[in-house]
Amino acid sequence: MTKNLRVKSSEYIDETNRISFKFNGKTYHGFKGDTLASALLANDVHLVGRSFKYHRPRGIMTSGSEEPNAIIQINPGTNRTEPNVRATEVEIYEGLEASSQNCWPSVEFDIGGINNFLSPFFPAGFYYKTFMWPASFWEKYEFFIRHSAGLGKSPTSSDPDIYDHRNVHCDVLVVGAGISGILAAKNAAKNNFKTLLVDEKNELGGSTIYENNEFNKIDNKTPSEWLKKEIDELKGIKNLEIKTRTSVAAYHQYNYLLARENLTDHLEAKDKTNKIRQRLLKIRAKKVILATGALERPLIFNNNDRPGIMLSSAIKKYSEFYGVACGSKNVFFTNNDSAYESALSLYNKGINVEAIIDIREQSESKIVKKVKEAGIKIYWSHTIVDTTGYKRLNSVSIMKLSNDGTSVTGSKISILCDCLGVAGGWTPAVHLYTQSGSKLKFDQEKKVFLPNKNTSEQISVGSCGGDFKIDEIIKNLNQKLKDNLNIKETDLDNIKVEIDQENSKRNIWLLPSDKPMGKTKPFVDYQNDATAKDIKLALREGFRSIEHVKRYTTTGMGTDQGKLGNMHALGIIADTAGVKMGELGTTTFRPPYTPLTFGTIVGRNVGKFFDIFRRTPMNDWHVENKAEFENVGQWKRAWYYPINGETMHQAVQRESKAARESAGILDASTLGKIDIQGSDASEFLNRVYTNAWSKLAIGKCRYGLMLNEDGMVYDDGVTTRLGENHYIMTTTTGGAANVLGKLEDYLQTEWPELDVYLTSVTDHYATASLCGPNSKKILKKIIPDLDLSDKNFPHMSFKEANIGTIQCRIMRISFTGEHSYEINVQASYGKDLWKKCMEAGQEFNITPYGTETMHLLRAEKGFIIVGQDTDGTMTPIDLQMDWIVSKKKYDFIGKRSLYRSDTMREDRKQLVGLLTDDPNIVLEEGAQIVSELNQSPVEMLGHVTSSYFSPNLKKSIALAVVRGGKDMMGKKLFVPMENKNINVTVASPVFYDEKNERLNA
Amino acid sequence: MFLINCPYCGERDQQEFKAGGEAHIERPKQPTELSDDEWAEYLFMRKNIKGVQFERWNHAHGCRKWFNMVRDTSNDEIKAIYKMGEKPPSQ
Repeated sequence: MTKNLRVKSSEYIDETNRISFKFNGKTYHGFKGDTLASALLANDVHLVGRSFKYHRPRGIMTSGSEEPNAIIQINPGTNRTEPNVRATEVEIYEGLEASSQNCWPSVEFDIGGINNFLSPFFPAGFYYKTFMWPASFWEKYEFFIRHSAGLGKSPTSSDPDIYDHRNVHCDVLVVGAGISGILAAKNAAKNNFKTLLVDEKNELGGSTIYENNEFNKIDNKTPSEWLKKEIDELKGIKNLEIKTRTSVAAYHQYNYLLARENLTDHLEAKDKTNKIRQRLLKIRAKKVILATGALERPLIFNNNDRPGIMLSSAIKKYSEFYGVACGSKNVFFTNNDSAYESALSLYNKGINVEAIIDIREQSESKIVKKVKEAGIKIYWSHTIVDTTGYKRLNSVSIMKLSNDGTSVTGSKISILCDCLGVAGGWTPAVHLYTQSGSKLKFDQEKKVFLPNKNTSEQISVGSCGGDFKIDEIIKNLNQKLKDNLNIKETDLDNIKVEIDQENSKRNIWLLPSDKPMGKTKPFVDYQNDATAKDIKLALREGFRSIEHVKRYTTTGMGTDQGKLGNMHALGIIADTAGVKMGELGTTTFRPPYTPLTFGTIVGRNVGKFFDIFRRTPMNDWHVENKAEFENVGQWKRAWYYPINGETMHQAVQRESKAARESAGILDASTLGKIDIQGSDASEFLNRVYTNAWSKLAIGKCRYGLMLNEDGMVYDDGVTTRLGENHYIMTTTTGGAANVLGKLEDYLQTEWPELDVYLTSVTDHYATASLCGPNSKKILKKIIPDLDLSDKNFPHMSFKEANIGTIQCRIMRISFTGEHSYEINVQASYGKDLWKKCMEAGQEFNITPYGTETMHLLRAEKGFIIVGQDTDGTMTPIDLQMDWIVSKKKYDFIGKRSLYRSDTMREDRKQLVGLLTDDPNIVLEEGAQIVSELNQSPVEMLGHVTSSYFSPNLKKSIALAVVRGGKDMMGKKLFVPMENKNINVTVASPVFYDEKNERLNA
Repeated sequence: MFLINCPYCGERDQQEFKAGGEAHIERPKQPTELSDDEWAEYLFMRKNIKGVQFERWNHAHGCRKWFNMVRDTSNDEIKAIYKMGEKPPSQ
């Protein structure tokens, strides 16, 4: 039976709006305004999960995003499921389902709980130490370790939600809408700064909004009353935008922040559809005001992790804000006054507070007196030495603390309780501050890290800046706003604050127990089950750096990044190693502050927008004709066109034969095209290509090879001279963008004196490459009035012509060794041109071929493909292309490097042809080449770069790079494969039509 | 991610730019006159400073212009930006 622990209606809970939800399959009720955590607590459910390593039962510890324990699976089994969600952040809605993680078969009975009893065998570094040997067993270990690793389950079907990104620019960004954030935003906006105020919660006001403490007054009102009035006044302010449910995840340099705005997570399923679920805000702020507040610290004592043990401040929030009592027999354990506020809050609502255990010797503040008057028993100088209760806290045992705080004395007192509020002081939330690159300093008096050296236009105000009392907060905020925003007056000038807050505190990082250390479980990192014992062990084993201890013990490495326990870890290390806190530094706080969904990170870049691709104007035809496609850079290129169920090999053999025997057609639109104009265009080409360009006649084409400055082949292609000062350059498909970038670089930085203009026209033209002995007849049919005689239109020349009304540029150039034409038309006519060619070629059985056949045909001719036969280490000399390197030109890019001692070595890898002794064996591309078989280790001479079965030669052919290959013509080499050694002979890389007779066939 | 004040377009996000390595390394006018060592010095040797470094940057997804930047590589503070051919500011 569940108890109802609602205590008093709160204005933030709408009791007229009852909501039912399921947790671990059981239906519960809560109200509009509840979080999953507050609704579960109202139903007396504390046990919500199992810990990662020992499977210990764990309950809700906090009321905010710092929650380490209550991480649950939302909507399990659906396509909207999400693991590792903090129950303290989930706003409930009708139909919400949630379940515990890391337990089987259930959170109540978890088989893995046996780990808890085996825990002496799981010290820090257990996995590192245990699964070391034998090394060959790792694969077997891994299988089991993988099964126990990880929390929660990722969804298995695709995410139905929409995610978005938005750029936001503002003068002032205020992070956190507690009292400091609200006052900062209000004053910034009133002084004409375009201001954005964000808060991760759905309500403004932070913890002050439920601060009904009678001892603090602002302008004679309670802080909550006063702040509500301030919030009301925000509505009418121009220049101010407020975003709630918006968590800043990352704070990068230059005041660039990423925030996740939650838009539909709090809505019922039917209201979620077709709406943006989460939006990533990319914020550029001129100034950032951090008002991120402070997180309450727990205390580290033996068995401090049982369900029912919570932060004292969380108990207060559940009582004041949600109207929920977390227990019926409450005890507080504290080192400062804030637990007394929580105790009074419960007392005022008629909830039973059994006792307060205070490690201080005394406190005389008004609030302590008030608690005494209420008759609540206070145990001064006492500490908790143990707790009982497996799935719910049952009792605490306390003992007197010695004067130095390192041991306990006297007799043990046991106090029965079902809820323990722990108050260990406050830690400023400096996570975002340090992410920005700014530096912290340890304050020895307050025992906290505080902002010290700002690296960007930023201030930290309120408790994240080290001010914990309302009067200090307002006074310092006022001064910081005036200095930073350069304003004279604020409406904070005349605020009257009366407070009675006491900051006295006794800080002990690790509280002693009557049991020896080895027999205790004082948890420092709840989520990763790291105890003080583990940290001490790491130090004994020689770890000194905080970053190493962190990784070895996994302290602070959970999804909460140790928001609660990191300070204690540092404190325990400092105490044990005998150094001062400040000298250790801190661990690094990394983005995101709270986890982000993958959806938020990728935004709209999903599905076909994940990686954009480019299609040619002829693409539809290829699709209609069942082409298979391959990715070349961003392009989708037709790879081959199988008919009647052909395999790739069969299709390519057929296409290759047809192209040589009659006619073939290739979509070459993807080749990079750069329009080059200017009075120095010829000189420019002379400098970027290895061969000479000055004498190229107008209307002629020339093949060019481009090197890097290091002498290695970078790109190649045919360039055509269209006019006196006008060229069109083609580049490889994949290299187009880089070549343009490189040419622009040289023009702008090295040769600004040259009058040359470059324009990328790759997308402006569609190109059909018509090849084969019948290509001329086909072209004649399409353009009857163009004289195609070798005299008028020889190989390596260019003509402008019209196909009907379509203007086209035709180059008679060849990458296959056949008589061929590359016809370029304006891109929008590409498909039309292709169809005309197909129609005219029908009687010649014109065969469309894809990139694979193109590669085969050029390999028969020994033409290289940059990037396949070259790899950034091949010079033109290595490629046996000496003929294209001008000896006369004084300079070109890469020339000097061809005369370096290394590039002139005779034994460099050089491009050769390879023929297999058995003509039916096709070598594997990438296969290694050796000259000796019975030697170990054997020297690798090179590798196969291109390999095909040539249907025209009826044998296998290959191109390869081989050390000293130039002088090996006819030499027998071997290609050793897994099962056999293949005998090969070095040959000329030109296998077909060595005299180039077919170009004019 | 930092903001870069392109001398032609104004302040833009770093995503639009491409880094081009150390600045003020001029391509030798007469490469063939250089010894292997001298050529290697131009071709391969870069300082890669932790601290203030003079760099080339290109507004690749914008005006496509190259320019120079003085940047502290330890904290990405941009100290100066100036056009190609202009004199670097004295430190």
